[in-house]
Amino acid sequence: MSNDPTHQFLVNKIVPIEIGGMDFSFTNASLFMVATVGVAAGFLYLTTSQRGLIPTRMQSVSEMSYEFIASMLREGAGSGGMKFFPMVFSLFMFILTANLLGMMPYFFTVTSQIIVTFALALFVIGTVVLYGFYKHGFGFLKLFVPHGVPGVLLPLVVAIEVISFLSRPISLSVRLFANMLAGHITLKVFAGFVTSLSALGAIGIGGAILPLIMTVAITGLEFLVCFLQAYVFAVLTCMYLNDAVHPGSH
Amino acid sequence: MFVTAAYAQQSTTTEGAEAHDAAAAGEVHTETGVAHEGEAGSGVFPPFDSTHFASQLLWLAITFGLFYLLMSKVIIPRIGGILETRHDRIAQDLDEASRLKGEADAAIASYEQDLAAAKSKGHKIADDARESAKAKANADRTAVEADLAKKISAAEDRIADIKAKALADVGAIAEETATAVVKQLIGGTVTKAEITAAVKASAGN
Repeated sequence: MSNDPTHQFLVNKIVPIEIGGMDFSFTNASLFMVATVGVAAGFLYLTTSQRGLIPTRMQSVSEMSYEFIASMLREGAGSGGMKFFPMVFSLFMFILTANLLGMMPYFFTVTSQIIVTFALALFVIGTVVLYGFYKHGFGFLKLFVPHGVPGVLLPLVVAIEVISFLSRPISLSVRLFANMLAGHITLKVFAGFVTSLSALGAIGIGGAILPLIMTVAITGLEFLVCFLQAYVFAVLTCMYLNDAVHPGSH
Repeated sequence: MFVTAAYAQQSTTTEGAEAHDAAAAGEVHTETGVAHEGEAGSGVFPPFDSTHFASQLLWLAITFGLFYLLMSKVIIPRIGGILETRHDRIAQDLDEASRLKGEADAAIASYEQDLAAAKSKGHKIADDARESAKAKANADRTAVEADLAKKISAAEDRIADIKAKALADVGAIAEETATAVVKQLIGGTVTKAEITAAVKASAGN
């Protein structure tokens, strides 16, 4: 295994598939997307299969994640936003499971690929825009015109609002991608110090203790980041959906 | 490296050393070739390598689409159903509890009512008993008093009778006494009529 910290992000073809000159190969990234879906859906399906009136521990976990997202969406986008519950719940569970699976050694992190997070962010923003225009027509554009702004400042404020709206898919995707990428690189670099220092003999092994402690600490931190980034993605999705449900209310 | 290999092939002098060089060069070549293939033929940072973007997007669409369908058709209705069933069950149990509490309150109220009725009935019975006892005692007393009064009046009558009789006897005794006294004093006899008149006259005084 190479000591290159970016080696873990390499995409390798497992089953080459080419359609119309485009490369649609089944890669290790695809494999871990399938694994993410399998693990998340399997967990939710199996833990709730008994439909217990008094939940088991695992069933409580599924119910808690359901209620967690439901209350987040209700607070963020009101009861009108609840029709997007399957979307927010799927996004949260998918990202969370992908992040956590990526923490396993030798596992590929799906969310460390900018194209994946960007596609998810575009899915969110696309939903916001489509639903906003579908529901409110051109009234959706009131989103860019806040209330109570003096007429002189209005063009400037509208320009800022438009730019901030356009930057949303970028910030949403880069935030998740960069967090996962940076975390895994840091982890790899510190773990690499452990192996390279311990190759230097007794003193090196003594010196390797510090990066080892760091590696353990960063692993703990990364698990927190895995959850936090999935949460942040879901919360921001709720806020953006709120703009589609209630434009011009902010 | 190709140059080195070609040079090695063309060279005829110092065969062994050159062959060794060529082998080493070949190894390096193979290694770099493998590395290049792994990085998809470009030196870019792997997450920004656009050669796999189409594949990633397709598989993300397939897997996430499937996940979304599973969530919205199976998992979310199921968990929602579980939570709703529990919610309904709790509400139902609370309703049942409040209904039972109402019943208990009603039972307590009716018990209190019965108790109050029984108390007032008891008071009434006691009052009635007291009243009737009092009335009976009064009646007995009046009867006894009446009896006594009758007896008293009878006794008084008898006393008056006896007194009258005694008073009537007083005249006869006085006549006899007067007759005897006169006889002793005068030695003669006085008629009975005279003595009676005299007694009556003195009695009249």
